[in-house]
Amino acid sequence: MARTITYREAINEALAQEMERDERVIVMGEDNAGGEGSPGEADAWGGVLGVTKGLYGRFPGRVLDTPISESAFIGAAIGAATGGMRPVAELMFIDFMGVCFDQIFNQAAKFRYMFGGKAVTPVVIRTMWGAGLRAAAQHSQSLLSVFTHVPGLKVAAPSNAYDAKGLMIQAIRDDDPVIFAEHKMLYDTSADVPEESYAIPFGEANVVREGGDVTIVAIGRMVHTALEAAEELAGSGVQAEIVDPRTTSPLDVDTILESVEATGRLVVVDEANPRCSLATDVAATVAQDAFGSLRAPIQLVTGPHTPVPFADALEDLYIPDAGRIAGAVKKVVDYGG
Amino acid sequence: MAAERSSAERTDDAARIQRVTMPKWGLSMKTGKIVEWFVAEGDTIAKGDDIVDIETDKIAGTLESPAEGPVRRIVAEPGADLPVGAVLAVVAPEDVPDAEVDAVVEEAKAAVASGALEEADEPQPQLVEVGGRTISYLSLGPVDADVPVVLVHGYGGDKNSWLFVQQPLAEQEQRAIALDLPGHGASGKDVGDGSLATLAECVTGVLDALGIDRAHLVGHSLGGAVVAAAARAAPGKVASLTLIAPAGYTPEADAEYLRGFASAGSRRELKPLVGRLFADEALVTRQLVDDLLRYKRLDGVDKALSAVLGTLLDDGDRQAIDTPALLEGVDVPVTVVWGASDRILPVPDGVELHRVEAGHMPHMEAPGEVLDAVRSHL
Amino acid sequence: MTGTLPTPTSQELTPDRLLDAYRVMRTIRDFEERVHEEFAGGDIPGFVHLYAGEEASAAGVCAHLDDRDAIASTHRGHGHCIAKGVDITGMMAEIYGKTTGSCRGKGGSMHIADLSKGMLGANGIVGGGPPLICGRALASKHKADGGVAVAFFGDGASNQGTTLESLNLATIWNLPAIFVAENNGYAEATSSSWSVASDDIADRAAAFGMPGVIVDGFDFFAVHEAAGEAIARAREGGGPTLIEVKFTRYFGHFEGDQQLYRGAEVADARERLDCLKRFRARVTDAGQLTDAQLDQIDSEVASSVDAAVEAAKAAPKPGADDLLTDVYVSY
Repeated sequence: MARTITYREAINEALAQEMERDERVIVMGEDNAGGEGSPGEADAWGGVLGVTKGLYGRFPGRVLDTPISESAFIGAAIGAATGGMRPVAELMFIDFMGVCFDQIFNQAAKFRYMFGGKAVTPVVIRTMWGAGLRAAAQHSQSLLSVFTHVPGLKVAAPSNAYDAKGLMIQAIRDDDPVIFAEHKMLYDTSADVPEESYAIPFGEANVVREGGDVTIVAIGRMVHTALEAAEELAGSGVQAEIVDPRTTSPLDVDTILESVEATGRLVVVDEANPRCSLATDVAATVAQDAFGSLRAPIQLVTGPHTPVPFADALEDLYIPDAGRIAGAVKKVVDYGG
Repeated sequence: MAAERSSAERTDDAARIQRVTMPKWGLSMKTGKIVEWFVAEGDTIAKGDDIVDIETDKIAGTLESPAEGPVRRIVAEPGADLPVGAVLAVVAPEDVPDAEVDAVVEEAKAAVASGALEEADEPQPQLVEVGGRTISYLSLGPVDADVPVVLVHGYGGDKNSWLFVQQPLAEQEQRAIALDLPGHGASGKDVGDGSLATLAECVTGVLDALGIDRAHLVGHSLGGAVVAAAARAAPGKVASLTLIAPAGYTPEADAEYLRGFASAGSRRELKPLVGRLFADEALVTRQLVDDLLRYKRLDGVDKALSAVLGTLLDDGDRQAIDTPALLEGVDVPVTVVWGASDRILPVPDGVELHRVEAGHMPHMEAPGEVLDAVRSHL
Repeated sequence: MTGTLPTPTSQELTPDRLLDAYRVMRTIRDFEERVHEEFAGGDIPGFVHLYAGEEASAAGVCAHLDDRDAIASTHRGHGHCIAKGVDITGMMAEIYGKTTGSCRGKGGSMHIADLSKGMLGANGIVGGGPPLICGRALASKHKADGGVAVAFFGDGASNQGTTLESLNLATIWNLPAIFVAENNGYAEATSSSWSVASDDIADRAAAFGMPGVIVDGFDFFAVHEAAGEAIARAREGGGPTLIEVKFTRYFGHFEGDQQLYRGAEVADARERLDCLKRFRARVTDAGQLTDAQLDQIDSEVASSVDAAVEAAKAAPKPGADDLLTDVYVSY
């Protein structure tokens, strides 16, 4: 039976169901319980935004609060994964990757290849991304492209509660290191989510909306912004197809190409900074592999080449909105007269 | 029509005005969008005529006219999104004054605008334990009705596939129960050996659990074979059988579809396959495929579908069930309905059946005729 | 708690075990000396960092370990590999970049690993090992298999944030982790006396709430004793230990390093302090083994290293097909 739950609850449920099913699954991170060693409640926080609440009591000994030592505990999660555990470690904000990146990209990502196929590192690193919370430059970035770039890592970025549960279950069951990126502005959004466990395969994009006039590839929160734009555009007779890749590594290139071959027009929406991003990645792939189908140049709708500003008026200018997306679509639709 | 109408005449007018309203196709349907009208103001329509294509987020379908007579007004234009129950067209004899028809239209528009059509209480599916398995079912219509109709879906389907049939039955004081077979829908996903006997036992088990002594069983495709097996095992519990494109009538089947459906993991793999179910592939909406994918991803479904596939097909990709053999000697009235354009299970020769214009899904493509077949037993 | 630990012997060094220990050290020495020669000949690609001189550390610690236990190493990892039981034929082929290598030629000297033996690999990142070892120790604790995890790292890595964070984590989580700081006096070309702020690396143990010990790295028996005590305690749930092993490396930071930053200490060490010489002297003096037995091992090892080199030279290089394999379990 499906019922309506939030993105946050869906991730919590995925964790709980997998921890129930497989005793090798352990959870660790800063304040993932919150309160360890203190006189008050032991599960006081359940994660800074409450995603892991309740797991500490249900699974004694399997939810570990960590000190603020990312390289040690992310590295420990990775090491434990090589030793038969299936850890889900939290890198609280993707912006913190700098303090532990070596363990992720030089160790976990490369073990299997460097060791000639003899290592299995089934670690999941959960992390929050995205702007909109007025959290300013060091807590608002969208650094998925950096992880996507690294061979040996997989990257999942669900845009809704249904995908969040299915992708998290898949991430835990997956035998490779997975970066599970949770958009912080989506935690309170809801969707119909089955009570039963289910896994959504990686590398399978979701066509969120069908339409014949333009393909919009969008990720995370931008999927919702693109849907807003699509409603606006439908009013003027332009039907947009929205493709949500769900995972950036592996990337479902086939679905994107198939869509562009049908519509002939591509707009890519990515709230990250514009250089060397997912937007440029998708655009280059399409330009190379579907050039003949394109009826207009590809348009990229991205954040600017700046850090994320604090002032709400500025942050709102930073984040792409439906108007900008609709504008880009109009450009490609009107191209060539 | 200048003459004043008497109040008796006006009452009579009111009674003769028929409203064609937005149907409720399936539990979750709240609104529908008008796609295309096949009739215009001034045309005369008969009951059962295809009058308008409607699209919901789950399915696209053609509404068969519940009314007969001249179409006086088309209220809902193509593109309009209206709630279930909203008036789409007004049908009335020529001598009913325009003013009366206008009044009905105004009332209809006001009803939509005011939100009065939002439904309060909807019947919810329920769960019942049968032989250690949880079965989900939806019961519509009066609970105390004598001999209910029980609807059993096909391979990979669920109780929602009866959306064009279950509600109309219930509206005629008939209890209609649609269930999810094990491994399907919202029922538990364990199918055991996935054999016909196991599935049939579940069906009779549901009857027992709900305190139903006798029921009219309706089965589609695999479900057809299941209800036949149930009738063989417990003929005293079965008042009649209506088999819709049932499995087990010919050795041939589209094995590629069946095996492909079981193994498909992505939208791109599934969409073309699902298209084969219907004579008109346009009935396959994005949502339909998405719902199927969501079902297939659930833990345990792969295993269940695989086990049941073994019951449907032998190693040589031929149908492994023999339904006529199951029915031999079973003293229960049987009606068989088949879509003339069925690409999954071919229409058998030498079998008495109602041929309808449909593919493998007559209960979705030609629901009026399926209802007629079911009602012939009631 | 810096100082020398009391010595309850955790493991009796029977003649057989002594022979094993000598074989390990001799294999490491010959392997490294040979790689030194072959590298100079130009056949070995990339970077190589040799462990010659430091054998007693790897041998003394790993003598107490079995397949439950994991070790993490450094860029100077051949000695740890051999001591943990990794096959030298595979190792040599790996160094030569051949498909028969322990890592199918895809890792090289700096990434030789054998996970089946709990060897988590030599590591090209200074300080890369300690966090991984915290993880393996956590896994052993979770599985309650009595296993321990050992992080070998150098004086250079003792200043790396990852190492310090790992010391802290191991204590607060009470992990069965042993941190072996192999202080050979140099981090690349910079002396540890210049770059390590405390007098001894072992001083850092107290800062992180664990026992710290200093041992003479040229003395197999000293290392063996200290490691035995620490490992036994960890197995019983007594938590982590930091062991500082003091010695020197014979060769440069990497092969090709002229070692201009060094004085006469290498020649002196080879002459007076060498662990193999000291081991031989001690066991023969004590009448536990004979020179003949040790000579026998010397010649067996020499042949096995020869054979490994020959096999490595003859083996095929990986081809285009191997380029794209084993990035993921499935993609």
